[in-house]
Amino acid sequence: MKLLVVEDDRETAAYLVKGLSESGYTVDQSGDGREGLYLASSGSYDAIILDRMLPGMDGLAMLGALRAAEIGTPSLILSALGSVDDRVKGLRAGGDDYLVKPFAFSELLARIEALLRRGAAAMTTTKLRVADLELDLLTRSVKRGDTAIDLLPREFQLLEYLMRNAGHVVTRTMLLEHVWDYHFDPQTNVIDVHVSRLRQKIDRNFERPLLHTVRGAGYCIRAQD
Amino acid sequence: MRRLALQIRRLVKTHAFRLASLYFAVFAVSMFGVLVLVYWSSADFIERQTQATLDAEIAGLAEQYAQRGLSGLVQIVAARSAGDRGDGVLYLVTNADGHPLAGNITGWPEGTPVAPGPLSFSIAVKVKGETQMRPAQGALIVIPDGYRLLVARDISDAALFRERIKMTLLWSGLFALVVGLIGGAVMSRNLLRRVEQVNRTAERVIGGNLADRVPLKGTSDEFDQLAANLNNMLDQIERLMAGMREVSDNIAHDLRTPLARLRARLELSLIGAPDDGAQTEAVRAAIDEADRLLATFNALLNIAEAESGTRRSAAEPLDLAQTARAAAELYEPVAEENGCALKLDVEPGIMIRGDRHLLSQAVANLLDNALKYGGGEVRLSAHQHDGRAALEVSDSGPGIPEDERQAVFDRFVRLEPSRSTPGNGLGLSLVRAVAQLHNGTVRLRDNHPGLTVRLEFAAL
Repeated sequence: MKLLVVEDDRETAAYLVKGLSESGYTVDQSGDGREGLYLASSGSYDAIILDRMLPGMDGLAMLGALRAAEIGTPSLILSALGSVDDRVKGLRAGGDDYLVKPFAFSELLARIEALLRRGAAAMTTTKLRVADLELDLLTRSVKRGDTAIDLLPREFQLLEYLMRNAGHVVTRTMLLEHVWDYHFDPQTNVIDVHVSRLRQKIDRNFERPLLHTVRGAGYCIRAQD
Repeated sequence: MRRLALQIRRLVKTHAFRLASLYFAVFAVSMFGVLVLVYWSSADFIERQTQATLDAEIAGLAEQYAQRGLSGLVQIVAARSAGDRGDGVLYLVTNADGHPLAGNITGWPEGTPVAPGPLSFSIAVKVKGETQMRPAQGALIVIPDGYRLLVARDISDAALFRERIKMTLLWSGLFALVVGLIGGAVMSRNLLRRVEQVNRTAERVIGGNLADRVPLKGTSDEFDQLAANLNNMLDQIERLMAGMREVSDNIAHDLRTPLARLRARLELSLIGAPDDGAQTEAVRAAIDEADRLLATFNALLNIAEAESGTRRSAAEPLDLAQTARAAAELYEPVAEENGCALKLDVEPGIMIRGDRHLLSQAVANLLDNALKYGGGEVRLSAHQHDGRAALEVSDSGPGIPEDERQAVFDRFVRLEPSRSTPGNGLGLSLVRAVAQLHNGTVRLRDNHPGLTVRLEFAAL
């Protein structure tokens, strides 16, 4: 998997490159919007991570130019501007995700993974499966093995999001954004309570737990420990 | 009529009116003094003139008597009484019995005591066939052998003149008073209008319209100077506010980034490291600490952003009831875990204009507080009444003493002395900033027991 990082702040760029490389990605880096656009136009990247404020060419302008050239490489915008307005502007300009600085590296990793999967995972599937847990999107029913599990609508959405990202870490912020459409951090960790409720329903009476807590990062639903 | 009464009451309360009344009172007193002086000096002048005429007559007659005796006196009195000389001098010479010998008065005026010296009386005068009683003033001189000489002067003209002066002075005084009163009212109204302009501008500025200015008249009087100074002050405030926004943006960009790097370095040091040992644990603890710091920092920036009003553009029509229900749904499991009952009492379809994310966060903060510090039964209600949309969160916990209810809105204020419950003391600051951003209000009141927080907005 090949990533392009367009970030002018040298230190941020350095740790992005270091962290992403250590996580197993091939990373190219540029500190200039125009150069970034030039590199990205080759279309040989699996995802682009770009800062919003860049010398030479603004991040949003760069993204706009890229989309105008019909290059749809999934992209994630990094920005210190965190208001909803800024977020909307970034997504309108063609960004696929928006992450406000400062962010946890695990958050960035989780989001990049989700971005990379977005193209691959066919949204046409009607059933999601993790080990013996099965979620039917049509009948909106969940069963584990032969046991039917009753979920509240929100719990269903939560499980669906986790299962769509099965095997990958999903952060609390991602859950808040995608399941609740809330773009702020609640003071209490309300997400933990919702997840533990869900866990009660899908894991409690079964031998092998599927819903795991990833320390310092978030949650992950997977078959193996 | 009631409006007029109200307006008058308002006018009476103003400083301008009090000033005008004070000036008016001083003016009225001094004018009264001047009028009294004018009256007395002119009355005195007439009195003196009458007296001088009488004195001259008496002196002339005394001379005649001394030279020509009684008969000469009678003669001269008869002569002087014969023609109507028009000077209004009255004469009468009588013998000891009071029988008239000469003069232009038919007899001794009735009811007037016969005593030498100055005297006043009334005489009957025929004018165009009508008898008029006219006042007269004069002196009685007793001549040897019991004869008496009365010299007097008809003072009705003088009295009339005095009356005229009195009336003229009274009317001009009244006129001046009315003019003064109207002038005072007009002056105080003009003064009031200009002060009002300043007040109205100040209110609009407080309401968030920082670009508003006090209009200048171009007369460069004190009010124009005051207005110009206020406008300069507002310019300065606007500049400072813009500077503050810039600073907060700069903080966002310049300070959060190094903080993020710090956190990232810690995080990267964990990648690939074996998950054991005290060192790993210490790094994890440091990351948690950095997260808390960043969360506080973000909360502060959020509040600053809401307070500065830069997010007004994100306002859109939204259903407050839906916002409330969504927040309640998010917190329902937390309530259950804390052993609280979360009750929802929401009237459907309460449309207001607002920023959905900020309002959600405000409601979430209120629920968070109610569950954390209140407990018992937590109730979230939303209702619409008289064009106002109200959202209330109440708990049955210990509540907040009345004298501390204002302080809790300040940044970093936490009432719990031990500060053992997690939190940063910024929750209610954000709620207030969000309320202000939406031109709404937030109030705390006693829930007997517990606390009720009420948010109020204009309904659509």
